[in-house]
Amino acid sequence: MAAEFPVTLTSSRTETPSRTDSRPPARTPSRTEPQTFVKASSRTESRPATAAPVAAVRGLTRDFGRRRVLDGVDLEIGRGEFVALLGRSGSGKSTLLRVLAGLDPGAEGEVEVGGVGGVGGVGGTVAVAFQEPRLVPWKRVLANVALGLRAPDPDAAARAALEEVGLGGLSDAWPLTLSGGEAQRASLARALVREPGLLLLDEPFSALDALTRITIHRLVLDLWERHRPGILLVTHDVDEAMLLADRVLVLDGGTVAHESRIELPRPRHRDHPDLIALRSTLLDRLGVTPEGTA
Amino acid sequence: MSAPAVDAGIRQRAVRTRSRVPLLSATAWQRLASPLVIVVVWQVASTAGLLEERLLASPAKILTTAAGLVQEGVLPEAIAVSLQRAAIGFTLGAVAGVGLALVAGLSRVGENAVDPPLQMLRALPLFGLIPLFILWFGIGETPKVALVALGVLFPLYLNTFSGIRGVDGKLAEVARVLRLSRTETIAHIVLPGALAQTLVGLRQSLGVAWLALIVAEQINADAGLGYMINNAREFLRTDVVVVGLIVYAVLGLLTDALVRLLERRALSWRQNFLSR
Repeated sequence: MAAEFPVTLTSSRTETPSRTDSRPPARTPSRTEPQTFVKASSRTESRPATAAPVAAVRGLTRDFGRRRVLDGVDLEIGRGEFVALLGRSGSGKSTLLRVLAGLDPGAEGEVEVGGVGGVGGVGGTVAVAFQEPRLVPWKRVLANVALGLRAPDPDAAARAALEEVGLGGLSDAWPLTLSGGEAQRASLARALVREPGLLLLDEPFSALDALTRITIHRLVLDLWERHRPGILLVTHDVDEAMLLADRVLVLDGGTVAHESRIELPRPRHRDHPDLIALRSTLLDRLGVTPEGTA
Repeated sequence: MSAPAVDAGIRQRAVRTRSRVPLLSATAWQRLASPLVIVVVWQVASTAGLLEERLLASPAKILTTAAGLVQEGVLPEAIAVSLQRAAIGFTLGAVAGVGLALVAGLSRVGENAVDPPLQMLRALPLFGLIPLFILWFGIGETPKVALVALGVLFPLYLNTFSGIRGVDGKLAEVARVLRLSRTETIAHIVLPGALAQTLVGLRQSLGVAWLALIVAEQINADAGLGYMINNAREFLRTDVVVVGLIVYAVLGLLTDALVRLLERRALSWRQNFLSR
């Protein structure tokens, strides 16, 4: 396997940061581009930015009535970085995603999406795949993917995108005739055809059956490797987060309470010793105590 | 183990659809029986002199009268006049109803301006307005057309408005995420989303349109189906009255079938889902 320290655990809750060195070990396992290590972070200190972040959030706060859901969240997503955001239900993870998607005008704080060269403010080059595929039911699959697409030939681009997600033969189908997995593929095609710098995935796999989920996981990794968008995947599935992401965040108490960097090459196996260790850490962070321990 | 059962199911369905190919199934014949019996009893009663012709003409007499009216050209002309009234009134009412629904549905300001007066007008009894309409518009074509238009306006307005407001908020979010312009959002998301409800309104309003026409034609008409019926009443021609009534009914059924055809076309995305 790649390294003895493929998993770097950091936590803002720990008094002393566990890793303070800013340079990665010489043997970077899976990726070729030089990567600035996200250090152990006390959340007050601003982290060194990656070359060109596709999303930068500082001090984001969101209240619903008297309830404070997000309480000064800091988050940065590098170009081409795959970040998973875990959290208990009601932890505000979907709220954070909605802010990044430009769907929540009620949040306060600094939000920059789209990268340095992109459009300042929310809405740069962001695409979203929702939990339910949210295809427009009265448009055929192809028209759904091409909807609002500003390209010289939207239909050709949409057709290529559908081909890429394996739905080439269903471009004339009505969305309501698709299976859950097919609809989610179409939704991914609709997001990716826009060549986003930042792709937001709001639990898009949670409604799929276990077998379909595995296939779609592979598809997402495949598409990510080819198009290299920065990805923020919101999920409540610890395994999913560990198998897919470069970095796993846990949202708790309105802030990013925990952060783990995973440098195992993909495809990963859930029985890898590092992941087993990480799993219990994350579950612990999420307030789930494994049986037998504690 | 389940495979044979599934096979049997499919075969059964196939057999059932094949048995529909003959003109009428057993059930259809059964359902046709009682109306036929009624017509036969009616005819027998008339022939036996139990049913006076000045109260209700016999079916046979009605048929020959209808044929005669068609040959003389009286019926086609009456239908043409009535259809024209219905069409003009319907078009005016539909344009106004859908137009106002768009204004109210697509903006808060529009809703606050348009909705209150329409809700107030809606509370007025349509046919109670006839005296006012006669005072305003006289007894020519205008009050008749106006009555139809007003009857059409409300069902279309209410349904289109609620259709627009009922469009799934999640799809509105999709439109924002896909960065559709306001015009694009209305064209691709809002209006198609409201269409199903608008078509329900269309069917309702067509029903009201015929009703309003029939009532309007009772007053001082000098042409059209209503005039034909009123005239026949003066001469105790119950056969002509019944012919007029049947024509009204057939016209109503035809327009309803037209809307259902339109629904099948426009909502085919849903049809697929249902027939799956």
